[in-house]
Amino acid sequence: MIEIKNLSKQYGEKVIFNDLSLTLNDGEILSILGPSGIGKTTLIKTLTGLEEAQSGEIVMDGREYAVSDSAFTSQIGLIFQDFNLFPHLTVEENIMLAPLTVKKMVRVDAETKTADLLAKLGLSDQAKLYPYQLSGGQKQRVGIARALAMDPQVIAYDEPTSGLDEKATDQVADVMLTLKKEGVSQIVVTHDLPFSKKVADKTFDFEKEVAR
Amino acid sequence: MENMTAFLPGILSGLQMTLGVFFITIIGSVPLGILASLAMKSPYFTIRWLVNGYIWIMRGTPLLLQLIFIYYGLAMVGVPFTRFEAAAFAFIINYAAYLAEIFRGGLQSVPQGQFDAAQVLGLSKTQTFFKVVLPQVVKIVVPSFGNEVVNLVKDTSLIYVIGLGDILRAGSIAAARDVTLVPYLIVGALYLIMTAVVTVLLRASEKRLNVWR
Repeated sequence: MIEIKNLSKQYGEKVIFNDLSLTLNDGEILSILGPSGIGKTTLIKTLTGLEEAQSGEIVMDGREYAVSDSAFTSQIGLIFQDFNLFPHLTVEENIMLAPLTVKKMVRVDAETKTADLLAKLGLSDQAKLYPYQLSGGQKQRVGIARALAMDPQVIAYDEPTSGLDEKATDQVADVMLTLKKEGVSQIVVTHDLPFSKKVADKTFDFEKEVAR
Repeated sequence: MENMTAFLPGILSGLQMTLGVFFITIIGSVPLGILASLAMKSPYFTIRWLVNGYIWIMRGTPLLLQLIFIYYGLAMVGVPFTRFEAAAFAFIINYAAYLAEIFRGGLQSVPQGQFDAAQVLGLSKTQTFFKVVLPQVVKIVVPSFGNEVVNLVKDTSLIYVIGLGDILRAGSIAAARDVTLVPYLIVGALYLIMTAVVTVLLRASEKRLNVWR
């Protein structure tokens, strides 16, 4: 379980959010809703360490962390809105890069793990392709596989369905629900209400619940 | 025909000198250029200011003048460079400045999202640079880099000014002695062969890099 308490973030004078608190239970999908430009993405970037917050604290599995502590942020995998796959690496190389360089995993193990992830996400045929050869939905799933390869406690998605057609959106929803069954906790930032309804266990209305 | 055999040894040793300056410049200026391009993005004003000043001087004055200055000028103030060392030094710092500008452009065209993705996956700054950024920069800069390398092949002929014997100088000596243009024709053909080899190699590397986009 992860509890975020009194998180505050501002750029200069502009307050993005103030005293934001939310709880994510294990294996739960939390959907963060709200109009564009309100700071949903900033929140997710703060949780993954891409942005620093002014104040706040985080409790994960009973242990307290400072907001930008990498021991916490490294436990959050992020799926970017525009995927940000590495264009010079094949699908499997994209997924293996972090396990090999950051976790110093043995190559054979990383290959096995990657093959498993690709099979699970229905991407086995695309393993040797480069990102430019994939459809939007496939890129999205490669992004998910790349994040999962680092065994994070939580997977966070930034607007995962923007730019995807209905079929690809359904596939992303299916992947999320499959991961949920396996006990992966997930946070999804979206303004796609039907999608949110389909996947979320609970929703957090940014506009209503956040003081600014 | 006997004249040909008379000046061939001279041209061959000139070719050795030309290739020597060429390769030492490539080997020295590429890493220096990368360092300078990174320094241009430094958070410290002084470092950016120094690097920009260096690049301004190197690109703003003729390479010929830099050669003269480094060999004769530094000798006067007690820095003893051999002719070859002076040539290598001048070419390396001059070409590094041009390459730094090219690499800077390449670095700028790698989207912020790539840095973000690497950071979220836990890659260190060094790992991000070598595994994510550099391969993308290489692809972007190959065409402009190739242009500089072709220029370098021809610029090596400037070393005559500090008394080094390259192929052009060997050709001039032979042409003056035998009152014929044939040595110049041969020298011209050698430059064409060298630039053709460079062009073919660079095209091949561009093609290899085109497997991804």
